[in-house]
Amino acid sequence: MTDDETMRLIEALAAKAQPVKRLRPPALRAALWLVAVGILIALAIGSFTDLTLSLRRFQDVRLDWEMAGMLLTGILAVIAAFHLSLPDRSAAWALLPLPTLALWLAAMGYNCYRHWFTDGWALGSSWDCLKFIVGVSVPLGASLLYLLHRSAPLAPLRVAAMGGLGVASIAAFALQFFHPFEVTFLDLGTQVIAVGLVVVATSVYERMTAAKAGR
Amino acid sequence: MTADETGADRAWSRLMAAAQDGDRKAYETLLREALPYIRSVVRGLHGRPERADEVTQDVLLTVHRMRHTYDPARPFRPWLAAIARRRAIDALRRWRRTESHEVVDEYAYETFADAAANRHAEMPTTAEGLRAAIANLPAQQREAVQLLKVRGMSLAEASAETGKSIAALKVNMHRAVKTLRRRLTGEES
Repeated sequence: MTDDETMRLIEALAAKAQPVKRLRPPALRAALWLVAVGILIALAIGSFTDLTLSLRRFQDVRLDWEMAGMLLTGILAVIAAFHLSLPDRSAAWALLPLPTLALWLAAMGYNCYRHWFTDGWALGSSWDCLKFIVGVSVPLGASLLYLLHRSAPLAPLRVAAMGGLGVASIAAFALQFFHPFEVTFLDLGTQVIAVGLVVVATSVYERMTAAKAGR
Repeated sequence: MTADETGADRAWSRLMAAAQDGDRKAYETLLREALPYIRSVVRGLHGRPERADEVTQDVLLTVHRMRHTYDPARPFRPWLAAIARRRAIDALRRWRRTESHEVVDEYAYETFADAAANRHAEMPTTAEGLRAAIANLPAQQREAVQLLKVRGMSLAEASAETGKSIAALKVNMHRAVKTLRRRLTGEES
């Protein structure tokens, strides 16, 4: 590889350079995706769930803390993923959802402790929780990864993992409306496992896509 | 950044904004002017000049592929430096991984006194046989052979043509050679 070759490459790149559409600011792109997903989830909740039952369940302040942690983790992880997908944004964006994730896990840990005392190892509807979170995360994750790919991220695994955390947290929040009964210790554990599964799955998918595309 | 660097950054930022709008002259000027800066970032991580040149070309290709992600309201130099550093680190990891799996075996190049032992190495291959073998390669390997060997492109030119990274093209070419050797000689390497 020589200097001449590098100069020829610059000429070749300039000769084939077409106008490109600049990406909109990451916060705006994240906001548009979140609003669209928020509308879809609100429509699904309004159409398919019994809100009276859910509202009765939400009178438990400990559950409210847990749900606030889920929702905020989802929103902040999606905003962080859009920022991380750009080359000149700090890797520290990955820390953005950590405080709310800690809140969620702490509230859930406390609720787990309570339920373990009352229900022990009762299975409850753990399998349904897992199916719901993974099932909702797949379409949300696909649309989010499609948008994140438009930035051709330099560190795609980090971006995909953050996006996976975002969609799985939002799915876990939505689950609370479709799950209007007391959960067991194992139900809560399954929700954490489902979120972890989605994060790992999006990362593996991203790695395979990047290898196939030769990035 | 010093005052000079800030001035240069603004000029580069304007050139990139023009390049995003399709101004090819501005784009070429920007890449030529930014080349020493890219090289300095890359050479900070790569001591061997021939490797630094390859990574520099990879950075130029990545800049081209990602130019729509630059926001003209933000400084240009950090955007460029982040791409250069990331590609340089990726290349370092790749080479370390490759080197940890390779050993030098001087005897591997020797042939043997027994003619039968050299049969595969000296087996004549017809042009038609080779052409058919290339045509039957998996798509990505066939593409690498066509561009790099049949059309004689450099790695950088093939990368610019296909959008694939230089590293990916090298891997596909290496796999193609192994596949051809296996199919033409029956040898497992």
